[in-house]
Amino acid sequence: MPDPHMPDLMDIYPVAEKAPEKIRTPTGKPLSALTVEAVLAGEITPQDIAITPEALHLQADVARAAGRHTLVHNFERAADLVNVPQHVILETYELLRPGRAPDARTLLAQADMLRREYGAAHVATMIEEAASVYERRGLFQKRY
Amino acid sequence: MDGRPTNSNRWRRFEEWDRRPLRHDLFAAENPEAGFSVFHSPYDPDPAYSVGAGRITAMDGKLEADFDIIDEFIARHHLDPSVVDEAMALDSGAIARMLVDINVPRHELERLARGMTPAKLADVVGKLTALEISFAYAKMRQRKTPANQAHVTNAKDDPLQLAADSATAVALGFAEIETTMRVASNAWANALACTVGASVGEGGALFQCSIEEAEELQIGLAGLATYAETVSVYGTERAFIDGDDTPWSKAFLTAAYASRGIKARCTSGAASELLMGFHESKSLLYLEARCLCLQRAMGVQGTQNGGIDGAPLTASMAGGLRELMAENLIAVWLGLECASGNDTRVSESEIRVGAKITPYLLAGSDLICSGFGSIKKYDNSFNPSLFNGEEIEDYLVLQRDFEVDGGLTPVDEDHVLSLRMRATEALSAVLDELDLAHVGLERITSVVFASGSQETDSFTPGEVTPISEAIKARGLTALDVVRALAVRGYRAEAENLLFMLKQRISGDYLQTSAMIRDGRVVSAINDPNDYAGPATGYHMDAARWREVQGIRDVLTRDGVLASQDMAARAAPWLLPKGDAVTGSDPHEVVIGLSPAFGERMHRTLAGHRLEDVVSALVAGIEEGGGKARLVRIRHTADTSFLGLSAAGLSGSGFGIGIQAKGTTVLHQAGRMPHMNLELFSNAPLASLDHYRALGRNAARHTWGEAPEPVMVPVQGEALGARFHVRVALLYAIETEMTDPAAAPVELALAPDREKTHA
Repeated sequence: MPDPHMPDLMDIYPVAEKAPEKIRTPTGKPLSALTVEAVLAGEITPQDIAITPEALHLQADVARAAGRHTLVHNFERAADLVNVPQHVILETYELLRPGRAPDARTLLAQADMLRREYGAAHVATMIEEAASVYERRGLFQKRY
Repeated sequence: MDGRPTNSNRWRRFEEWDRRPLRHDLFAAENPEAGFSVFHSPYDPDPAYSVGAGRITAMDGKLEADFDIIDEFIARHHLDPSVVDEAMALDSGAIARMLVDINVPRHELERLARGMTPAKLADVVGKLTALEISFAYAKMRQRKTPANQAHVTNAKDDPLQLAADSATAVALGFAEIETTMRVASNAWANALACTVGASVGEGGALFQCSIEEAEELQIGLAGLATYAETVSVYGTERAFIDGDDTPWSKAFLTAAYASRGIKARCTSGAASELLMGFHESKSLLYLEARCLCLQRAMGVQGTQNGGIDGAPLTASMAGGLRELMAENLIAVWLGLECASGNDTRVSESEIRVGAKITPYLLAGSDLICSGFGSIKKYDNSFNPSLFNGEEIEDYLVLQRDFEVDGGLTPVDEDHVLSLRMRATEALSAVLDELDLAHVGLERITSVVFASGSQETDSFTPGEVTPISEAIKARGLTALDVVRALAVRGYRAEAENLLFMLKQRISGDYLQTSAMIRDGRVVSAINDPNDYAGPATGYHMDAARWREVQGIRDVLTRDGVLASQDMAARAAPWLLPKGDAVTGSDPHEVVIGLSPAFGERMHRTLAGHRLEDVVSALVAGIEEGGGKARLVRIRHTADTSFLGLSAAGLSGSGFGIGIQAKGTTVLHQAGRMPHMNLELFSNAPLASLDHYRALGRNAARHTWGEAPEPVMVPVQGEALGARFHVRVALLYAIETEMTDPAAAPVELALAPDREKTHA
């Protein structure tokens, strides 16, 4: 339900339709620059077809205004991960699976790296939480 | 008797029941120790919690030191310590009543849910009947406008068929398309084919390629998928770990999808833990409540929920279908988008299948099926869905029957064929332009007209693999597909695909229950379900209702009458000869024809020409030693009164009344109107031989005999369904032609007809 304090955020949704000026591609292009002509002219690269941390924070604001707080946290973690390269994403996911990391230290190091190199504070906090729970529940045992 | 050996000590009805499809279904006894309990197991914990220093320190029978990974995640990220005291103190029965109370708004219940433990949520919904659960679901579901999701797969992983079937699914109105493969290494080709197919026509469908997590993320990153729903979670720790994940790995993955602008939902459903062998003797509903609290805690926008792979096992248990609805209710109550199952064939009984879907059709759902088989059963690489390509029209009719929006739209036969042609040609052009494959016209043709892959002469799974590998190895993305489409003149498709790619830049469709409708993102944010009693919530507008009504072969009055007029005689064959008088021949049988008989109507419902029917009656009467006379009755069209009027005019006192649609009665003067001697009430089944036999019987009555009545055999056909539309429209012509003051008219057959009867 709309939070009466933030009605304006609900009003800009869908952002692409109601407030397109708030959105840019990662290379700084406005949405209106994404045309078939531009694709044919080679002006659009796969880099353009991606979401920015700013857009995710905007969607987090919309979700917060709608009272969907856990979704907000997910968007914040997502914003953290936008600039994390795909191989680091996959490597981190793999480490979080049961029995992959040999000990809590490994997870904590990954969290530290994500925070330091990518400013991924929300994600790092989540990984730190995982490290302590995995320790308590014995999830550092090798599974295969 | 059908020749089968029978057990003489058995009521043979049981043998017939044995042969019904239902008997393939298995039914399981309750056994909580073995994990077979639906709503409640003695091993389920009672709802409980404690809070210390703003932190959950105990939940559902466990202290925090004993929390397993699921408890821990729920306690830390789902339960809101500021609501928990209030919510947990409420009586479960009182909350259950709030769920069905139109005066308690959805958001208030959602607020309370944030303070409720899994055991509490399960306890509350367990107090609702199936009807109450459906009603609460209608109130609590997230997006106002309902929609549906299609499975598009085939047994050969044939990309041409995937493209044609994706375009078909879009035309049918599916908001989402999900594919998977027979051969895992064909994923990229499947994704590209569905992406192209879904861009044909209206476009706008979200698309996912279901495969191993890491691969799916890669495909999404390449723009060849717009959403994912394979983020599976489980309700016991050991099942979760056996699934090779933890709540943290899944929460991370969920965030990773969003970071790539890809919509995601989790998957969970009753009995998955039972199938995996780690059920902890807990009830299905309790375990599922844990899964759903966990999903909200992870911050995923939605869930594919309602049995899913475990649905048939759940359906084997008493109350199983009610449980599947109850877990869906918990999902939406927690504010999650719900793709509400109905994606597995839970039964071989079509009646159980139809009953399973009905509450969802009535209540609506974000995605009524989390995979409606838009293809044929054998082509479904997920396994047959609850509804499949074979049964799409049944579903369309159910929408029309109940005046509900099940998310699908009837398709015009010519239109869908042109879309299938366009989709396969577009894909061939893309494969050619990207130098992935060169497709001959014969393959396209074999796919366009085929109902399923058993009829096609197209790609084999082995031929697809190198294509798939090339797409991946060369790093092709959806932008390459846009370019190829545009270069080859598929401009509209290029625009549609680019439109879908642009969605991920703004991320509007990452919000709860988002879909694309008519080029707009529609979600729980800008289209929130606001049901609060009659005349609120979702209603089809006039245009949508017209679409839903557009099923094939709807009869109109003009159409039915035109089909009659086609058979109109050039020259009249029944000639009026003035007022009819009462006869005196003791063996006379008068045939009383209805007002429209041979005038405006010329065939019976069985399709017999009325001339042939009259000939058969006359011949029968003569055979039986009687004398036939034809009279037009004009004051009534009712069978009984036609017969009685004819009998009154007959020298023998026996008469036959017949309506143009073929309903016929043998009557006797002096009897009560509805106490006739013989009646053919099922005109569609009456043959000319039956009419002839009835004539003969009439004549034998004039000789004082009591012949054996003519029986028109029925096998239980739904004659009302088959004929009553036409009956009502045709009979109206008869009643319209009646004139209460008009006297019966003597008729003669036109001379050229007379000869044929001689």
